[in-house]
Amino acid sequence: MKTQYCFKKRLRLYSLFIVVMLKSKTFVKKTRSGGVMKIVREHYLRDDIWCGSEVCTECKQESTVLQRDACIESSLCSYPHYLIPDTNVVLHQIDVLEDPVIRNVIILQTVLQEVRHRSAPVYKRLKDIVHEKEKHFYTFTNEHHRETFIEREPGESANDRNDRAIRMASKWYSQHLKTSETGADGLKVVLLTNDQGNKQKAEDNGLLVYKCEEYIKSLIANPELVDHLALSNDEKNEITSSKVLFPEHLPLSKIQAGIKSGSFLQGTFRASRDNYLEATVFVQGEGEDSTEVLLQGLQNLNRAVHQDVVAVQLLPRDQWVAPSSVVLQDEGAAKDDNAEEEDEEKETSFSVKPTGKVVGIIKRSWRPFCGMLNVAQIKESTRHLFTPADRRIPRIRIETRQAATLAGQRIMVAIDGWPKHSRYPNGHFVRSLGSAGEKDTEQEVLLLEHDVPHQAFSQAVLSFLPKMPWAITPEDMVRREDLRNLTVCSVDPPGCTDIDDALHCRELENGNLEVGVHIADVSHFIRPGNALDKEAANRGTTVYLCGKRIDMVPELLSSNLCSLRSNVERLAFSCIWEMNHKAEILKTRFTKSVINSKASLTYAEAQMRIDDTSMNDDITNSLRGLNKLAKILKKQRIEKGALTLSSLEVRFHIDSETHDPIDLQTKELMETNSMVEEFMLLANISVAQKIYDEFPDCAMLRKHPPPPPSNYDILLKAAKSKEVEIHTDSAKALADSLDVAKVDGFPYFNTLLRILATRCMMQAVYFCSGMDSDFHHYGLASPIYTHFTSPIRRYADIIVHRLLAVAIGADSTYPDLMDKHKQSALSNNLNYRHKMSQYAQRASVAFHTQLFFKSRGILNEEGFVLFVRKNAIIVLIPKFGLEGTVFFDTKDKAAPNLVFDEEVPSLKVEEHTFCIFDKVKVTISLDASNVQHQKIRMALIEPVIPGVSVPAPDVGPQAKKPKLDR
Amino acid sequence: MGNVVQRRTRGALRRCPFEVCGNMAGLELLSDQGYRLDGRKATELRKVQARMGVFAQADGSAYLEQGNTKALAVVYGPHEMRGSRSRTRHDQAVINCQYSMATFSTAERKRRPHGDRKSTEMSLHLKQTFEAAVMTQLYPRSQIDIYVKILQSDGGNYSVCVNAATLAVIDAGIPMRDYVCACTVGFVDETPLADLCYAEESGGVSSLALALLPRGGQIALLQMDARLHQDHLEALIEAAMTACKGVSKVLDEVVRQHLQEVSVLTGE
Repeated sequence: MKTQYCFKKRLRLYSLFIVVMLKSKTFVKKTRSGGVMKIVREHYLRDDIWCGSEVCTECKQESTVLQRDACIESSLCSYPHYLIPDTNVVLHQIDVLEDPVIRNVIILQTVLQEVRHRSAPVYKRLKDIVHEKEKHFYTFTNEHHRETFIEREPGESANDRNDRAIRMASKWYSQHLKTSETGADGLKVVLLTNDQGNKQKAEDNGLLVYKCEEYIKSLIANPELVDHLALSNDEKNEITSSKVLFPEHLPLSKIQAGIKSGSFLQGTFRASRDNYLEATVFVQGEGEDSTEVLLQGLQNLNRAVHQDVVAVQLLPRDQWVAPSSVVLQDEGAAKDDNAEEEDEEKETSFSVKPTGKVVGIIKRSWRPFCGMLNVAQIKESTRHLFTPADRRIPRIRIETRQAATLAGQRIMVAIDGWPKHSRYPNGHFVRSLGSAGEKDTEQEVLLLEHDVPHQAFSQAVLSFLPKMPWAITPEDMVRREDLRNLTVCSVDPPGCTDIDDALHCRELENGNLEVGVHIADVSHFIRPGNALDKEAANRGTTVYLCGKRIDMVPELLSSNLCSLRSNVERLAFSCIWEMNHKAEILKTRFTKSVINSKASLTYAEAQMRIDDTSMNDDITNSLRGLNKLAKILKKQRIEKGALTLSSLEVRFHIDSETHDPIDLQTKELMETNSMVEEFMLLANISVAQKIYDEFPDCAMLRKHPPPPPSNYDILLKAAKSKEVEIHTDSAKALADSLDVAKVDGFPYFNTLLRILATRCMMQAVYFCSGMDSDFHHYGLASPIYTHFTSPIRRYADIIVHRLLAVAIGADSTYPDLMDKHKQSALSNNLNYRHKMSQYAQRASVAFHTQLFFKSRGILNEEGFVLFVRKNAIIVLIPKFGLEGTVFFDTKDKAAPNLVFDEEVPSLKVEEHTFCIFDKVKVTISLDASNVQHQKIRMALIEPVIPGVSVPAPDVGPQAKKPKLDR
Repeated sequence: MGNVVQRRTRGALRRCPFEVCGNMAGLELLSDQGYRLDGRKATELRKVQARMGVFAQADGSAYLEQGNTKALAVVYGPHEMRGSRSRTRHDQAVINCQYSMATFSTAERKRRPHGDRKSTEMSLHLKQTFEAAVMTQLYPRSQIDIYVKILQSDGGNYSVCVNAATLAVIDAGIPMRDYVCACTVGFVDETPLADLCYAEESGGVSSLALALLPRGGQIALLQMDARLHQDHLEALIEAAMTACKGVSKVLDEVVRQHLQEVSVLTGE
């Protein structure tokens, strides 16, 4: 006791720790060049590491994590107890540990480190649990505790040592809790391990030890936990016959040797969407020469799952085959219309491709999969098959007792393993997402399947938010310009709560105009490197779904502190130009500022003010000035060759009570839309130039590469069929020829042509200026471009804000901002998130369209042929902005006589020839035959082709599934 | 995308294509519980042990261990100028420092114990540090030689050298304004870490070395060549100064104990 006191005093005096014991850890490590290096590290052991229990009176801890009353109803342990899981339990049963029922768990440092080493995702989840206060998970730093540290014995493997360390710590805990004075209430620790040997040794040491399965099954009050259990490999009660179905995977050492010697190839496994017996492996070669290896047959696929990194061995040349053109769904799953893809395959069916077999798995990329349960035929059975929503993922066998409840629900399942004598991989139930077909459930599914991070923000992230009530402090004002007196206003779509831009325009004394774009100063609130920043960087973008927004930053920022609402003081980053009346920029400056927006308008309101000649207030005059300049700017931009392309965006009118879509209309564009857009573009270009001048190596920019000429083929052919010529030599030529492309009596032709042109384009991407030399933005015809104007919903803008702030001396820099490799990695993530968010948005629109048509029954609409395929035409319904495919052949019926001409392109069905832009009439209905893959189905009404078209049905609910032919 | 790019980022990209934050793949330098790799807390120093008067031939000498970094310092002088007389200063003594690392001091055997650029730079830093601390004006037209050798290196070489040399200078009986104490600090997860070990130094931490005259709080030398957000600099210097003061307590104890031993021997 006395020594302890002394030590504490010293600690306070010197802030220096006098060590109780000093150990040296010595180990050898192989260096990159192949040499062996001896590494010596110090290892301090301390006696001020506390046990974290409420019960303990001995430890001088300030706060405790583990509760006194650690009761959970278990038939094995009737006393209050703490759990200590070993590494494998954490790695495999993290789903169980995440369950709110499991509380009061001690995570040993040994376990935490091993988990960190073995699986980054599980490590992150474990850390999240530890941070959650209600879970009462305590991390015990056993490796640095004087009484629980053990040294590796000669001949002992690292794993064995770690197991022993875990047993040692458990033992220490059980004795420690026993000796503490109030320990009389029988508090015990229970070690959970699945390792038989470890369990035996622990029992010999007199510890309470259970297998994880054993323990979870003993929790009588919470039987649902059992479903979360991952199936371990040593469970021998498989229903499959003992017959080995698959060849053994090779160990990693052999695979590596094989890859080095060239006998194996390493690549990413891509399962075929249409044929469960077929897959390709994409082998990334040096530079350009990447190859694809075809795999056929269950044996050759050898338990690889989509996206796994695998090693393949090529088969002898005489066994090479061609990809099959058959659509094969695994055992009786509902058939779908995939004729389209099938036909494409037929084309190549004569060419034999390199064929191989999987010899080993290098890295699994298993994640939890969304899907639905196929309830087993036998009622009492607890084993069921699960069909993932993604057709490329095999079905998974899981064990559950709640099959009856789960049937008809969307659930998530994780794969645990795929033994060689099992036809399907084994998995376990993770959680239910809700009933299939329901809006919330489907939304959840599409977010998960598109990898959109959408969990609520963690406590760690929220802790970096400013404290409310928030006000602008004098310190904030020091480095900012006071622009509160300016007549600033914002123009946005109706219902917008995350307003990130505002504008102003006023006449200067010298007759010139001053125009300002004011962007929410998000980088003031999100400081580099903290949890909030990391979370935003990971999310990358706000995702807008129909009726829902997945924020990139917490709502306090996005809808309040950063949102430039009217009549409140807000921090902004302003870009201010002095222009003459010809919209020529005379001066540009950037400054951090404080503004007070005078009005938040919608596009329609702003338009009304501009048009209403009786209004003459400051805001309206400012808007008029802006509008005038914007028109000039737009003209200049179009002269330079910027493209105005078209894509139909639809807007749903959502019923305010049921949240079901009740109407659907294509978005309307007003003059004010383009007014705001024009100034945003101008600000983005000005900022891009500025940050590139200041930081040529690490500016984050956005480029839009010109499409390869072959992309335009379809557009050229389509235009030619209407005798219109399109030039694609440059963006300007394209824009000009699109402008003049008109066909008499066909007003919609130009829009259709622009839609087609949009499809030819490449994706715009973020990049780091130090890593690329081509900056051109093709669509906007600008030599340089970036994103600056929406920092609330795009992370790239935050980076650009930081760069600009450094450039004007308003903020300081930090290392990652100037590191082009890190910037480049960040832009990759942003591009990926951006792409996925677009897919998610499209999927959400598609789902809402389905809901809309579900409530409508069958509709007859007019549309235009957008593309012609070998066996189908793709029809666009302008009224709904909806695209659908009309198939002319189905698998079960004889196809009509089809003649496809690729040159025109046209498709002759019996007597009628379809070309692009043809006007047709179709019925639209919802095909709900496959619950997981509902889709809009279209069938032809006009032109009438005997045997192909359908009679126009009376709009009514009885005909749920219109027949495609006859 | 040039070749260089690929080579430098491949490792990181392979592991996790969209890793955006932190060096996850590397070592965790500071755990959530606040412990560092070797079990210290953020502000704690490594164990410092030292002996003075280890060699009889030299005028002053000391051996100092700071964790696994071990250094030997030897002082000759003040004596008449040797070598080129042109360096002679008429108002103060000239301090000559030489830093070297034993060939066996690192995990891989060093080829060249001294005279490389790093050692030359380190020698210069030591010279500057001691010019600020030793009362050179007392010995005009003379020279003081300080030789420091790193016997084992495990991070913080500069600071260990300064600390060892301070003891050696005291052992030589050369008057100083104060102890010069040095310490390196690094910045991880918004927390300053005191007295970095090699694993921490090489783990991509922005580190800073500071030599302090603790009583007056004057900085004798401050050296940093990493990138650091300027907002954090003050906190980091603050932490370094606290750490240096910690070191000075230990050095003071060592000196007092040494004096006691010597006085017993001489019978005073």
